[in-house]
Amino acid sequence: MNLKYGVGLLVILIIIIAVFTWGTGSNHVKIEIAGSTSVQPVAEKLAAKYMEEHPNVRIDVMGGGSGLGIRSVSQGIIDIGTSSKELKSDEKQGLNNYTIGKEGIVVAVNLNNPVNNLTKSQLKDIFSGNITNWKEVGGPDAKINLVVREDGSGTRSAFEDLVMNKTKVKSDAIVQTSTESIKVAVKQDPYAIGYISLAHMTPDVKALVIDGVTPSIATIQDGSYKLQRPFLFLTKGEPEGPVKEFIDWCLGPEGQEIVTDEKIVPVS
Amino acid sequence: MSKWNEEFFIEKGLLLTAITSVIIIALIIIFIFKEGLPALESVGFFSFIFGMEWAPSNGQYGIFPMIIGSLGITALALLMAVPLGVLCSIFLAEIAPAPMRKILNPTIQTLAGIPSVVYGFFGLVLLVPFMRVHFGGTGFSMFTASLILTVMILPIIVSVSEDALRSIPLEYKEASLALGATHWQTIKNVIFPAAIPGIITSVILGMGRAVGETLAIIMVAGNVVQIPGSILDPVRALTSNIAIEMGYATGVHYNALFATGIVLVFMIIVLLIIANYFHYKKKVTIGGGYL
Repeated sequence: MNLKYGVGLLVILIIIIAVFTWGTGSNHVKIEIAGSTSVQPVAEKLAAKYMEEHPNVRIDVMGGGSGLGIRSVSQGIIDIGTSSKELKSDEKQGLNNYTIGKEGIVVAVNLNNPVNNLTKSQLKDIFSGNITNWKEVGGPDAKINLVVREDGSGTRSAFEDLVMNKTKVKSDAIVQTSTESIKVAVKQDPYAIGYISLAHMTPDVKALVIDGVTPSIATIQDGSYKLQRPFLFLTKGEPEGPVKEFIDWCLGPEGQEIVTDEKIVPVS
Repeated sequence: MSKWNEEFFIEKGLLLTAITSVIIIALIIIFIFKEGLPALESVGFFSFIFGMEWAPSNGQYGIFPMIIGSLGITALALLMAVPLGVLCSIFLAEIAPAPMRKILNPTIQTLAGIPSVVYGFFGLVLLVPFMRVHFGGTGFSMFTASLILTVMILPIIVSVSEDALRSIPLEYKEASLALGATHWQTIKNVIFPAAIPGIITSVILGMGRAVGETLAIIMVAGNVVQIPGSILDPVRALTSNIAIEMGYATGVHYNALFATGIVLVFMIIVLLIIANYFHYKKKVTIGGGYL
């Protein structure tokens, strides 16, 4: 090895060391967020924008699921836990929760389907396979074709939590891996039924009225539309310092604008 | 000295590039096994392979319906693509006039260049509704998936088979024609048999693509974990299973997806061995062909 390479290597080494020492510089405030994979994308957007405006703050957003978020924040491992379901009373112990937005689940059918509204229990019977023909719920005499999301999808777990109540979804339901493909399937099949988040609702499929309430931003905000779930930020005890500033910023106009951009219903 | 050096370095350099691919495959297999074996241990080899229920949230990991799904889709696709592709390659190699070949060949090659997500979307938007209207059911089915796959593997079969047919020494053809055989008799009795090893290679390559295809199948096969009662029932392929759930899987579920990968690797190895066996067997008995 000649001198030129040696010098090159030394320079690279110095750069690496410099990056590491600078990157972990002590004048940075670090906020760690972990939890629901549904909340993760919007939390990442919020974090990115916040870091842009506050260069001395570093925010790490991780997934792991709502359960992990709740657990690690109450153990004090992370600063903010995220959850996409309401906390049970025993989970609430010592935790402060802030709703940064709400997501509505829309049950969509084909535009040509005469059925306009269903009750939550009818919905449950349809997806569990107790009702298999549209005529049982006031529609045409045709088999109901279920279209669901894949196991693990946030929309699927929300739908199952809200509607199915631990009953299993019929095992021969067609599985599609994105909101878009669910919509395409429903758009083409006059007898299909599927669920998507309100944010992705477009006029090419029909949103069903559930228990007499039409899904919309207004009915989700006032809580009358039942198929909805909150996006929560959780802190252990009263937040303080930079964590409090970040949460306040998220709940403020700038944060809520990002929440709206991410197609999530803002809090107010 | 410099001459010797050059030879040495080029030889070793080429050797290095050759073993790189072997090393990469070895690393991938080691990694898949490392991640997948824990699942096989905790679920049990037989209940994993022959289990009928796949419900990770309940701790049930049985992939038998998906093995059937993968094999079924592939078999159906080959059933349609092989006759179509081989006949097409015979036409291109022997019958088509040069100008026509100049149009047909690039057209077929273009099929190979279309990304699979485009095929999938095409299938979802056009083929699925068509199948629902004309064959009933939901339109998402093993048959729909295999139709899409047929189009996807066709270019491979056509181009490799065509090369095989073209590499048959001209003397064979001349000798056959000189004996008074017609063009079709020559194709049927001389050129095609001599090219069989190459045609089998094309089928192997097509099969590999079919077994491994993921995205297009996810979009049109319906992804229901069940043993299909007919070719119009929805199925889930092994590859789809990995792709669909990898994003969320943790713990045993994550390992189980890698174990699915192990099964997939073995399936492809077994298919390759079978196909290679026929490849060599044909080569000996026919005694022709330089492939």
